[in-house]
Amino acid sequence: MNDPHASVGDVELHALVDGQLDATRIPAVLDWLRMHPGDALRVAQWQAQRLQLRQLHRSLEVGETPAALTRVVTQAQRRLPWKHAAAAAVLLGVGLVSGLVGGRLIPDGSGDASPHMATAEPAFAREAAIAHAVYTPEVRHPVEVTAADESHLVQWLTRRLGTPLKAPALQAQGFRLLGGRLLPGPHSPRAQFMYEDTAGHRVTLYVTVFDEGQVPGETAFRSVREGALESFYWIEGRMGYAFSGELPAASAMALAREVYRQLTP
Amino acid sequence: MSVEQTLAHIPHLRRYARLLTGDASRADDLVQDTLERACVKWALWQPGTALRSWLLTLMHNLFLNQRRDWRHDDAHASLDDVVEASHEPFSQVGEQMDMLKALARMSPALREVLLLVTVEEYTYAEAAGILDIPIGTVMSRLHRAREQLRALVQSEAAPPATSLHLVKR
Repeated sequence: MNDPHASVGDVELHALVDGQLDATRIPAVLDWLRMHPGDALRVAQWQAQRLQLRQLHRSLEVGETPAALTRVVTQAQRRLPWKHAAAAAVLLGVGLVSGLVGGRLIPDGSGDASPHMATAEPAFAREAAIAHAVYTPEVRHPVEVTAADESHLVQWLTRRLGTPLKAPALQAQGFRLLGGRLLPGPHSPRAQFMYEDTAGHRVTLYVTVFDEGQVPGETAFRSVREGALESFYWIEGRMGYAFSGELPAASAMALAREVYRQLTP
Repeated sequence: MSVEQTLAHIPHLRRYARLLTGDASRADDLVQDTLERACVKWALWQPGTALRSWLLTLMHNLFLNQRRDWRHDDAHASLDDVVEASHEPFSQVGEQMDMLKALARMSPALREVLLLVTVEEYTYAEAAGILDIPIGTVMSRLHRAREQLRALVQSEAAPPATSLHLVKR
C-alpha cells in the first residue's frame, strides 16, 4: 500500500467516475489508468453509462402529475395543523393548546343536560380526534376491514373490545359505512368506524370501552371544535363515544344526534 | 409540512420511480405510497434536513419491503447477478431505450444503488444511509450494477445470437 500506483482498486475507479475521489488521489489514479488500458476502458464505459442515465432521467416524460397524487398531500395538509396541535398536546400532557379547552355543552333535546361548562374534554375525545386526523386522509387504506361484510366487521370489533358494538346506519343522512379499524388505547383497544358521503367527506365514530372504575364522570353530550373539525362526545354506561367530522356545524350536529339516538338504548 | 415543497418534488419523484420500477403505473403507485407514508410520518421529518432525501428514503423502504428477499442477498451474489430474461432479445432502438431496458433487467437491489449514486448524485455514505446498508455493500452493488450494465448494453448491440450470460469479474 506504500506505493500509491500499486494500489488502485475498483473502489477508487468508481469514486473517480462519480466525482467522489479524494483530490489528492486523482493524479495517482489517472497515472494508473494510463498504464492499465483495460481499466481505462471500463472507467470510460462507466462514465458513458453515468451520462446516459442522467440524460435518460432528465428526458423522461412522465406527463402531468395525476390529481390523485396531489390530493394525497393536500388532503393531509388540511388536517395537519390540527394533528400537530393534538399530538403536541398529548405529548406534553397539558391538554389541548387552544380553542379546545372550553368544551361547549350541547342541549341534547331531552332537556336533562346539566348547564355547566366542561373544563376540558376527556382523554378519549382527544384520542378520537387524533385517530380521525390520521386515518381519514388515507386514500387507499382508510379502514382495516371494509364494510363489505358488515356483520363480520362488527363481530370482529365486538370480540376485540369485549362488549357488543353497533355501527350506526347513516345512509338516510347520505353517509355509507366504509369500514372500521382497531386502535390501541391506554388500557384497552379502541374501535373506529368510518363513513363517507358521495362528495368524499369522511366522518368517524370512535368507541371506547372503559374498565370498571375508569369511566370518566362526565356523561353529557358535548362538542368541541378545532379549526374545521367538529367533534361530539358522550358516555353511555361503560362506553365512550366520539363522533368527528369536518362539516358545517349544523350538519355535523345533525349527524352526531342521529348516531347518539341509534346508540342510546 | 410544506405542501408546496412536497408538491414540487412530485415530478422528480415520479421520474425517479419510473427508472426504479421500470413501469409507469407501478412508479405512480410507489410515489403514492411514498406520499401517504410521508403524510402519516410527517412529524418524523426534521425541518432543515433535505426533504428530497427523506422522501427518497421512504420510497426506497417501500420499494425494498416489496422485495424483502433482496435485502439479505449479499451472501448470495448469484441472486443479484440474475438477469431477468428479456422478451425482446434484440431490437434496433435508440440508446436511451437500450438503457431503459438494461435497467429494467437489472436486479432491483443493484438498480437502486446505481440510481442513487448517478442520477441523484448522493455520496456513497449518503446512499448507504438512505438504503440502510453498509457502505461496502453500496460499493459492491455499484460495481456489479455497472459491470452488468456494460455486459447488457454490449449484448444489446451485438447480433441476436449473443448469449446474455455475464462474465463475472
